[in-house]
Amino acid sequence: MSTEPLVRIRNVTFGYDASRVILNDVSLEFPRGKVIAIMGSSGSGKTTLLRLIGGLVRAQSGQIEFAGETLDTTDSEQVYAMRRRMGLLFQFGALFTDLTVFDNVAFPLREHTRLPKGMVRDIVLMKLNAVGLRGAAPLRISAISGGMARRVALARTIALDPEVIMYDEPFAGLDPISLGVTANLIRRLNDATGATSIIVSHDVEECFAFCDYAYLLVNGRVVTHGPPEELRASEDPEVRQFIRGEADGPVRFHYPAPPIGEQLGVGA
Amino acid sequence: MGRRQTETLVGTFVLLGMLAILFLALKAANLASFSFESHYPLLARFDNVGGLKVHAPVKSAGVTVGKVSSIAFDGSDYRAVVTMQIDDRFRFPADSDAKILTAGLLGDQYIGLDAGSDDRKLNAGETIAMAQSAIVLENLIGALVNSKAAEPAARPGAK
Amino acid sequence: MNPLVPVQRLGTSTLDILQELGHASRFFADLIAHSGTAFRRFGLTVVQLHAIGNRSILIIAASGATVGLVLALQGYITLSPYGQADSLGVLVALALVRELGPVLTALLYAGRAGTSLTAEIGLMKAGEQLSAMEMMAVDPRSRVLAPRFLAGVISVPLLGAIFSAVGILAAYVVGVLMIGLDPGQFWSQMEARVDVLRDVGNGIVKTFAFGIASTFIALYIGYESEATPEGVARATTKTVVVSSLVVLVLDFILTALMFSAP
Repeated sequence: MSTEPLVRIRNVTFGYDASRVILNDVSLEFPRGKVIAIMGSSGSGKTTLLRLIGGLVRAQSGQIEFAGETLDTTDSEQVYAMRRRMGLLFQFGALFTDLTVFDNVAFPLREHTRLPKGMVRDIVLMKLNAVGLRGAAPLRISAISGGMARRVALARTIALDPEVIMYDEPFAGLDPISLGVTANLIRRLNDATGATSIIVSHDVEECFAFCDYAYLLVNGRVVTHGPPEELRASEDPEVRQFIRGEADGPVRFHYPAPPIGEQLGVGA
Repeated sequence: MGRRQTETLVGTFVLLGMLAILFLALKAANLASFSFESHYPLLARFDNVGGLKVHAPVKSAGVTVGKVSSIAFDGSDYRAVVTMQIDDRFRFPADSDAKILTAGLLGDQYIGLDAGSDDRKLNAGETIAMAQSAIVLENLIGALVNSKAAEPAARPGAK
Repeated sequence: MNPLVPVQRLGTSTLDILQELGHASRFFADLIAHSGTAFRRFGLTVVQLHAIGNRSILIIAASGATVGLVLALQGYITLSPYGQADSLGVLVALALVRELGPVLTALLYAGRAGTSLTAEIGLMKAGEQLSAMEMMAVDPRSRVLAPRFLAGVISVPLLGAIFSAVGILAAYVVGVLMIGLDPGQFWSQMEARVDVLRDVGNGIVKTFAFGIASTFIALYIGYESEATPEGVARATTKTVVVSSLVVLVLDFILTALMFSAP
């Protein structure tokens, strides 16, 4: 197995328009077989990184490399070929609401392979089994809960056994049991398939519990990166504020405003 | 909804649509009488074509045997030249005549062909010798007014 | 206020409109380019034909019948003082086949199927379904948009024919069965005056044009809608308004082209 990182982001700068730069000259590496977390507060550009890797958006400068090849968003064939080796789990699942659970998971198999119906059925049931929802196969999407939807979406994401699995805020809004289930699933899947898992999250504790490596993004820059223990022990004020969840620090609590005495008309 | 069921319903929809188109074409329009037979041209010259239009029917004995394909003005003898496309199955004697008639009292105008008795039949491109122009309403009224004006002089004692 | 500001604004709006027009043209070209999939994977189109076509039959037939009934009544009232009541069949048939059939079908279609297409695509976009599909290396333009476009283009002419046919039959019911006109005259005058190519044919050409226009508009507005509930709501309204206007303008242009030369 090669030791080259599977995905590499090199000096990427990105902004949806000229005035708002979301990512500023960031570089990240994702080695094979590892679970890597990208953390940062909302709006720090974490989800954008996933979209860049998937070729959904194009960086203003810098390169995205997948398995040694540079991603060229204008070459749709190349992009589509790469995407077949990736899986992206959207935050709310993004399931096809007009199909059943079974048909959703079967979708990538039916679109990209010519496997016979019987095999497709077996694979779908196995993937659903891996996420614990084999019994929910005939249900319509409107009939399942949010947590279940995300698990179905996960089954769909791994239907073609991708080499890279990306998770967009997999822990957002989950109850404690679901949290545990999800974290467990991510880790087991990664180890069982040898895939590379990239998790975008702001849930420090959950991520640190099972990830191998983490990047911290603040204001579009990579502030620090390393294994969880290193980050926990960091002395950097930005890192400490995030890890410890402190209300005030380098990221200010108060939105810039004139002194309160002035606004309330009270003498200092 | 099963795949089978959906496809059957869609098939029904398409069938209904096709039937509707067929109904419109056959029952409502003139597809049935739209002859795919070949035609041959015959010409006729009129002093006045009145309200005759291109595509107007050409009838003989009341049955449509062709239609008007073009109406042109001949600058040399100041008459109208009408070209008719007649169904190949029907040949008319050389001494047939053509009249411009009106359907009903105020309807559209068409050409009526009265077959003659000549043994020789008209060939493609020939001109019908005898052609009666359309009756133009204004001329008719003018004639009536004139004849009414002339009447008292013709019958002096009547009052 | 700086007198140049209104001029500037006019300039900006014009440029915006031009840009929108260009963007829409590209979308249309994409739709056509990806139509191959809609033919090759006809099963997808069949599903859409059911959603768009079958579900519209009822309203189209009902409207066609009522319009036919009213035309017959009004036509009779207008024609009988002149003793021309026997021409009722011609009047109704020409009115329906040339104008009312295509136009009313297109307007009803825009309202019923157009809005549902816009809402569907808008909601799929809002729920990130289209992005998810792209991430699974499936082009949503081929898989989602093209089948719906093809289904619309096929459906509208069929629906238009159904509208006109039902209308004529309804007029027959009123004219012959209820008022007591002569059925022979009703049908024979119609057959004599309604031309297959000029009237029925042109009517079908119109429905094709309307179908292409309104389906494209519905899909485009849905695709470009804002990914929020209000955005989708506004988009559906926009679809009805824009489709209706475009259909009416197209109707004028096509009628002038088709029916002005005798």
